[in-house]
Amino acid sequence: MILHPDDATALVLTLKLASLSTAVLLLLGTPLAWWLAMTRSRLRPVIDALVSLPLVLPPTVLGFYLLLLLGSDGPLGRLMSVAGGSSLAFTFTGLVIGSVIYSLPFVVQPIRDAFLGVGRLPLEAAATLGASPGDRFFSVAVPLARRGFLTAATLGFAHTLGEFGVVLMIGGNIPGKTKVLSIAIFDHVEAMDYGRAHMLAGGLLCLSFFLLLAVYFLNRRDGREDR
Amino acid sequence: MNSTPRSASTFGLKIRQQLQRPASRKGDPGFQLDVDLDLPRTGFTVLFGRSGCGKSTILRCVAGLEKRSKGTVRMGETVWQDSSAGIFLPPEQRALGYVFQEGALFPHLTVRGNLNFAFRRVPTIRRRIRQEEVIELLELTPLLERATAGLSGGERQRVALGRALLTSPDLLLLDEPLAALDRSTRRAILPFLEQLPRRFPMPVLYVTHFLNEAARLADHLVLLDKGLETGSGPLTTMLTDPSSSLTREGDVGAVLVAEVAGHDDEFHLTRLNVSGNILLSPDSGLTKGRMVRIRILARDVSLSLEAAEGSSILNILPVEVLDLTPRDPGRVLVRLNTGHEILLALVTKKSATALNLGPGRRVFAQIKSVALL
Repeated sequence: MILHPDDATALVLTLKLASLSTAVLLLLGTPLAWWLAMTRSRLRPVIDALVSLPLVLPPTVLGFYLLLLLGSDGPLGRLMSVAGGSSLAFTFTGLVIGSVIYSLPFVVQPIRDAFLGVGRLPLEAAATLGASPGDRFFSVAVPLARRGFLTAATLGFAHTLGEFGVVLMIGGNIPGKTKVLSIAIFDHVEAMDYGRAHMLAGGLLCLSFFLLLAVYFLNRRDGREDR
Repeated sequence: MNSTPRSASTFGLKIRQQLQRPASRKGDPGFQLDVDLDLPRTGFTVLFGRSGCGKSTILRCVAGLEKRSKGTVRMGETVWQDSSAGIFLPPEQRALGYVFQEGALFPHLTVRGNLNFAFRRVPTIRRRIRQEEVIELLELTPLLERATAGLSGGERQRVALGRALLTSPDLLLLDEPLAALDRSTRRAILPFLEQLPRRFPMPVLYVTHFLNEAARLADHLVLLDKGLETGSGPLTTMLTDPSSSLTREGDVGAVLVAEVAGHDDEFHLTRLNVSGNILLSPDSGLTKGRMVRIRILARDVSLSLEAAEGSSILNILPVEVLDLTPRDPGRVLVRLNTGHEILLALVTKKSATALNLGPGRRVFAQIKSVALL
């Protein structure tokens, strides 16, 4: 059994999308999670709710608004054309933006919970030992929250792998550009090509399962060492 | 109080703090702290009071961990906080070491990693305390490569103390460092704490709600109640001051400094020299010449007009009555001058009348027991 070249292209594109989205998510999600864990602001519940929205909304709703936002008539799309670029809808960049929003809660929540679990005491101790706020963040908070980061990265990656609705709405189905695995599977099923659908679907199933298994396994082993 | 000239406290530790935490709807009655303390710049100062009296909060204020507190914190000539001038140094810019109740060691680092964390963040020119010195003093060598998770309570506190010392602090803050430990571990750690002022020339601010700990460690004692200071002064004075809240409580007694003068092997007794007077205590095994603190409870002191002979009581000192303070309906607290120190005796009003006790009266104090601290 050898992967059809078109499917291989879709696989590579999917992995590229998931990796890039995960990287962006960790970069954006970490400060957001830190803020959510540390702030006493009244805005916190509002931001918490906004971050969690993708958990409950149908991906099509999200995709629909993203399409309006990113399309050539949307505010972001217009901004892009003013800047000399083209609309983000139906592009890989658009997909990354969509994936980041769609997977945000899967990354922010584990990191936020991990920061909450660290608590204030180790940070106060670090402060009395001469560590500046940035120093405390990188040398105490992040290492103590490492399990949360691992969970966040894996969930973010796995969740982006399996995304369908948002991609379909804002990315469409352009081979090599926006056609990811989930769309390819849909196409194969539509075309009654169950063999190729199986290969991709089964592969995705296994990959996702082993990713999650790795997270839970590592978390368990880590937990035993720590406490 | 506020008219004290500025220079008077220039060389001490000045803590003037006001902090209010309003009552919450969940039943938290809120909390108010309002203290103005001028503390000595050397030795052990103990903040003593019940839980919730604000003693730990004062430490947090001094460390800069309570951002909402208003007031002044000045360590000698260094200003750490002066709200009227808009000065508030964050904890990392204050040269202090802080030992938290349960150590607050970093679980992701080994013991050595924890010590290094502190040491590496001290600018080279400010480093006064070396790692080897601390490791040797606190006997940390066998622990260095261990993970903090596996340490016992006593080991944790030794590491925490070492870590705080390695910041080469100008002031050491200890927040009930022994509270989470069992009795025997506490006894094992106390000698380490005791020698701090001798080994390192910095003041120590120590919080506890155990009077024994205060009596053993303090040079200076601050009493706190409900966020207010109710007394502050040298330990021996505070413990025998009839107006202090301490002498109103159950186990009132004087603390004296004694030198181990020798041992009586036949009767298993230790001879203690207290300013020239010899007192006997059960054999302690302490080496001759060592300075110890002893505590003599007021209820263990009885008074008589003559040095009783044929008594089972070994320790009898001639004393002069200083004053009498009624304690409860039936008893009075008598302050006695031994010539060098103050002792307290709790006697019935009937005995006080029978002995015609009054200021200036010379009597003999019979001391039933002498406790080594």
